[in-house]
Amino acid sequence: MSGGVDSSVAAALLRDAGHEVVGVTMKLWGGESDTGCCSVADVDDARRAAQQLGIDHLVFNFGDDFTAHVVGPYLDAHMAGRTPNPCIECNRHLKFARLAERADLLGFDAVATGHHAKVVRAALTGGSWRLGRGADRAKDQSYVLHMLGQEQLAKTLLPVGELTKDEVRRRAGVLGLRTAAKPDSQDVCFITSRGGRRGFVGTRVPLHAGTVVDTSGHRLGVVPAVELVTVGQRKGVGLPGGGPARYVVDVDVAEAVVTVGSAEELLVDAQRAGACTWVDEPPGGEVLVQTSAHGVPRSATVEQVPDADGIGTIVVRWHQPQRRVAPGQSIVLYDTTDTFVLGGGVAGSAGAGAEAAPTQP
Amino acid sequence: MAGVSTPSPVPPPIAYLDHAATTPMRPEAVDAMLPFLTERFANPSGSHGASRDARLALDEARDDVAEALDCAPGDVVFTGCGTEADNLAVLGSARRHGGLAVCPAAEHDAVLHSVEHLQGRVVVVDAAGAVDLDRLAGALDPSVRVVSVMTVNNEVGTVSPLADVVALVRDRSPQAVVHTDAVQGFQWLDLPAVVAGCDLVAVSAHKFGGPKGVGALVVRGGVALEPLLMGGGQERDRRSGTHNVAGIVAMAAAMKATVASREATVARVMALRDRLLDGLLSEMDGLSETVPRARKVAGSAHVCIEGVENEAMLFLLDREGICASAASACSSGAMDPSHVLAAMGLPREAAAGSLRLSLGWSSTDADIDRVLEVLPEAVARLRRRAPVG
Repeated sequence: MSGGVDSSVAAALLRDAGHEVVGVTMKLWGGESDTGCCSVADVDDARRAAQQLGIDHLVFNFGDDFTAHVVGPYLDAHMAGRTPNPCIECNRHLKFARLAERADLLGFDAVATGHHAKVVRAALTGGSWRLGRGADRAKDQSYVLHMLGQEQLAKTLLPVGELTKDEVRRRAGVLGLRTAAKPDSQDVCFITSRGGRRGFVGTRVPLHAGTVVDTSGHRLGVVPAVELVTVGQRKGVGLPGGGPARYVVDVDVAEAVVTVGSAEELLVDAQRAGACTWVDEPPGGEVLVQTSAHGVPRSATVEQVPDADGIGTIVVRWHQPQRRVAPGQSIVLYDTTDTFVLGGGVAGSAGAGAEAAPTQP
Repeated sequence: MAGVSTPSPVPPPIAYLDHAATTPMRPEAVDAMLPFLTERFANPSGSHGASRDARLALDEARDDVAEALDCAPGDVVFTGCGTEADNLAVLGSARRHGGLAVCPAAEHDAVLHSVEHLQGRVVVVDAAGAVDLDRLAGALDPSVRVVSVMTVNNEVGTVSPLADVVALVRDRSPQAVVHTDAVQGFQWLDLPAVVAGCDLVAVSAHKFGGPKGVGALVVRGGVALEPLLMGGGQERDRRSGTHNVAGIVAMAAAMKATVASREATVARVMALRDRLLDGLLSEMDGLSETVPRARKVAGSAHVCIEGVENEAMLFLLDREGICASAASACSSGAMDPSHVLAAMGLPREAAAGSLRLSLGWSSTDADIDRVLEVLPEAVARLRRRAPVG
């Protein structure tokens, strides 16, 4: 529980359904934080919400795990010029692993969260568990839960995924939750608005200035930290305004070179993703693919690529050329009706080889 | 997020084994304070009859506290808590005299953070958490003006060699004052004898059957401190702020009751503690006493249990009505890794399975029976991890 409306209403729904519910807040980050996640102030909010609901509230300190599985890899990714998604790694390694294991050990039957997504019971789908988009399509968070597999889904409850956000707020109002007006958490919890990404990464690992070139190799300028540049980025690479828009099409940390190009030069026909996990069987054929938390799903054909390391790798062949996905970002597959998550992986991950195949002229 | 499980039956009776965190109030202390929360409410610093009544109670309480701590009544400075008493001793000395502050690494945060704030020297401790005298000697020189060494460690219960500390400080840092945080000492030790050579001694009422929100610092005659609070000049200009008369009176009553029954309580609680530890050792593998009993106070049972995480263990104990603790709880309520166990050289994995069971004046045989009934089963359950995958 964060003390926000979603997790509080989730707890209330389960309590009202007759379950014995215990609220848990994970203490993950001991450093500075100013967003709606993981801070001492959030623990206070969560405890007050739990008190109002009449349920017990616990705080689990998973700080070491968070540092090892989220913050460390976050820094490593930047060092390698990738653009990490730490919230997804937190779901993968903390909420649905560390916490789920602790809950199981303590005798709980399931872990419930306030995510907007649906767990569809095996009995209704003829055998396997499915992960569906939330009832409120605009608030759907199934993208950040794509790593959940069969065993995890069987022990996961997402009660607010059946409701619209307005309905969640209405129920929070009826419950009289004092935190009903608390804004949704959105940003990475350990990045403060004051220090930003640059402040966080720069005080922990060395950052290097880089040269900005066009796709013909002509030098256009410099960036202060090549490690913090993202493929697809349009602003902030020190280029003068005016003229056609230019986008970052490649980041080479080893050579400290950022390549920019036109919107067309950012387009690719195909996209690789590695470290894939699947809700059920590995998919093949026609799918919809979403490449950011609230991105528009695009149609594509997916192929499984044999991989010696056993790390699931796929090639997504777009039906229409799409912008290249920044290495490190998650690529999530949905069925062609845009209802269920099939699974996903990480763009440009280990074993993926060249992360993108350029469009043929 | 929330864990979901099936409803449980009626809650079990409480077995309270967290006296090092706080103690239940002694009836004598409750009785003593109630009139000052009702009809005898006046400010003792006033000039009317009601004030004189409160002043009388305050002065008598000061006499009682001085007697229990074997100091002059004028040496007693009432504070808002043990932390404030420690802060006043360390920060007040440094701000008055300058010079370096020194403390061991296993001190309570009230001292440790004060010394760190002053950019003082933090000294290595031994495997039991007591100051390493050789390392302390190395940290002392004439520039040191305040040395703070706890009487008893709040987490593991180890008693410090205070007489040796005092001798060392007098020899190597003749201008330094010696402060001791005796917050965990008064209830178990003949404190005046133990802290005989110390210049400053901090105590806290709620650790020995008094209320929260009141403590005291003994400031031996001639020791000057810079006050932390500016105001009306109460406590001979050493601690401004209207006196917490009810709390002070209750602290004095709790002290008298503690001293009067201390010998019997220590013998009784030590037998309970030994039965607890012997029972756990005989029923469980992979359990070790963190510090040998001979070095500890009677009420402290601190163990490390292999293969379990204390957050999970505390949850299962709590479910069975057992109040215990692990490392000191931080402001968020999460268990932070213990700086004391780290300073003692305990690996992080061992510290993760640490458990503090602390007994006190109200502990009973039934409390011990309950722990012996519940803890081995809880540990067995936590070690029986569900197969993954």
